[in-house]
Amino acid sequence: MIEFSHVSKSFGEKNVLNDLTFRIEKGEIFTFIGPSGTGKTTILRLINVLELPTSGSILIDGKDTRVSERDKVALRRRMSVVFQKPAALRGNVFQNVALGLKFRNTQSEEIQRRVSEALGLVGLEGYAERKATTLSGGELQRVAIARALVTKPEILLLDEPTANLDPASTERIENLILSLSEKFGTTIILSTHDMVQGQRLATRIAVILNRTLGQVGDSHEIFYQPKNREVARMVGVDNIFEGTVVSNDAGLATIDINGTPVIATCSHLQGSRVTVYMRPEDIIFLVGKDGKSSARNELPGTITRVTPMGPNMKMKMDAGITLVAIITRRSYDELGLSKGASVYASFKASAIHVVKNEE
Amino acid sequence: MNEIVDGFIQAVELIVSLDPEVLEITARSLLISLAATAVAALIAIPIGGYIHFREFGGKRGLVTIIQTLYALPTVIAGLFVFLLLSRVGPLGFLGLLFTPWGMVIGQTVLVVPLLVGMTLIALSGVEKTIQDEVISLGATSSQTIWTIVKEARFAILGGVILGFGRAISEVGAAMIIGGNIRGYTRVLTTAIALETSMGNIAFSIALGIILLAIALLVTTALFLVQER
Repeated sequence: MIEFSHVSKSFGEKNVLNDLTFRIEKGEIFTFIGPSGTGKTTILRLINVLELPTSGSILIDGKDTRVSERDKVALRRRMSVVFQKPAALRGNVFQNVALGLKFRNTQSEEIQRRVSEALGLVGLEGYAERKATTLSGGELQRVAIARALVTKPEILLLDEPTANLDPASTERIENLILSLSEKFGTTIILSTHDMVQGQRLATRIAVILNRTLGQVGDSHEIFYQPKNREVARMVGVDNIFEGTVVSNDAGLATIDINGTPVIATCSHLQGSRVTVYMRPEDIIFLVGKDGKSSARNELPGTITRVTPMGPNMKMKMDAGITLVAIITRRSYDELGLSKGASVYASFKASAIHVVKNEE
Repeated sequence: MNEIVDGFIQAVELIVSLDPEVLEITARSLLISLAATAVAALIAIPIGGYIHFREFGGKRGLVTIIQTLYALPTVIAGLFVFLLLSRVGPLGFLGLLFTPWGMVIGQTVLVVPLLVGMTLIALSGVEKTIQDEVISLGATSSQTIWTIVKEARFAILGGVILGFGRAISEVGAAMIIGGNIRGYTRVLTTAIALETSMGNIAFSIALGIILLAIALLVTTALFLVQER
């Protein structure tokens, strides 16, 4: 439905997007994740035809977005945008939410009905008469979402939609996004820096790094099979090692990482130079060697660093190679772990993602 | 000194007793300047909107010229319109010289640049994010312009009030184009100029007080609008 083909965008001398090619299908929830300032907002503005690409082309239903002003308005009327910092116009909440319908010359009874419906969806019943410019950031964000929904868009563009919201409102908005997708088949395109939100909502995820596309895929591909180091770092794959395949027995390879042998499932042949990726959540610790474990890898070592992270503990372990692991605080306590403790790091051969290095 | 004090006392009497001539001159001043301001607003706000929303060559230069015309001397505006409306001028056939309508034209010429400039300032005071929001909500170009102008309405109204202040307080154009004809084109400022030169200090002071009162009202209105 939306097709980017070698799209680049510069503002004057400054290049903000470089050579993006991807396709968003109808009915998808498509998420852009990436650090701030990497051009996610510009991508949404390009889709909304607020900007045109400097080079390359954007097709919406097969038609280029470089069209007359009138046709741009027609395209925009199929979509709605919730900007990262929504703007409040003068007047009350009702008038703000009704704006898109007013532009479409909707009948006033219909406007009345749909505005109160939209305010209900975002949990702002009774806010209609409030002055829009006096709302808090979170309230304004929800007004902006209501304003976007009221026109029943085919495509909904959300730029960091929950950045200003408390956890309860965030959950409400996320559920709303999912139900819009299910009930109306709305194509939803959002940007977020929150990996977990991306994972919770998205059918597919695009990682934007250094002004270009790092990787596109479903959440499993993005979080467990990163294409390269940059994507891996971005999505929290903390264990990244260079190694060489020393043997491969029907898809079960032994990889030498600086003298430490690791067993992984992969098809790369003996002698291949590879990069090995593993999520910190996929490592578990054992105090003694456990013969019963199905994990192929059990590396002995010492815990060198412990960092509490809410309900989890992040640990660094020296096992010849430095591993990063995240375990729950509960298992940390039950195992009686601490800095300096000797443990075995256990992980499955299938938990390791192996990518052959480009020559 | 006594003369001035006497003048003041008589002036207050003239105002309090609702002297018919004072009232008539005041009413005419208000009508002419209000009409000029209204016409100027109808011309200047769309021009301001056009300049703000359109990109064209020489935009910067045009804005500079408009800003220079803020200080257009009233006698020059008067002279210009006088030449236009005089019997031999291009608009002479309209027969508007030495009529209140001619004065409205003169004051309109004075107010338009100021009001275009104020409209430009008001519109650029509306944040870019609001314009993006409006466009992305599916507004056509004219809906966008209208919505942004409405968004800037208080600032634009401030400009309108300022324009009215310029119109009612000017004397040059009113004198040259109107001719200060008693009972027909005589307004507060031209009457003060004439009565003072004739030694009718009390009458001048009375009109002066009224003019200042109007100025005070205008300033207060401007203040209230900007408070919004």
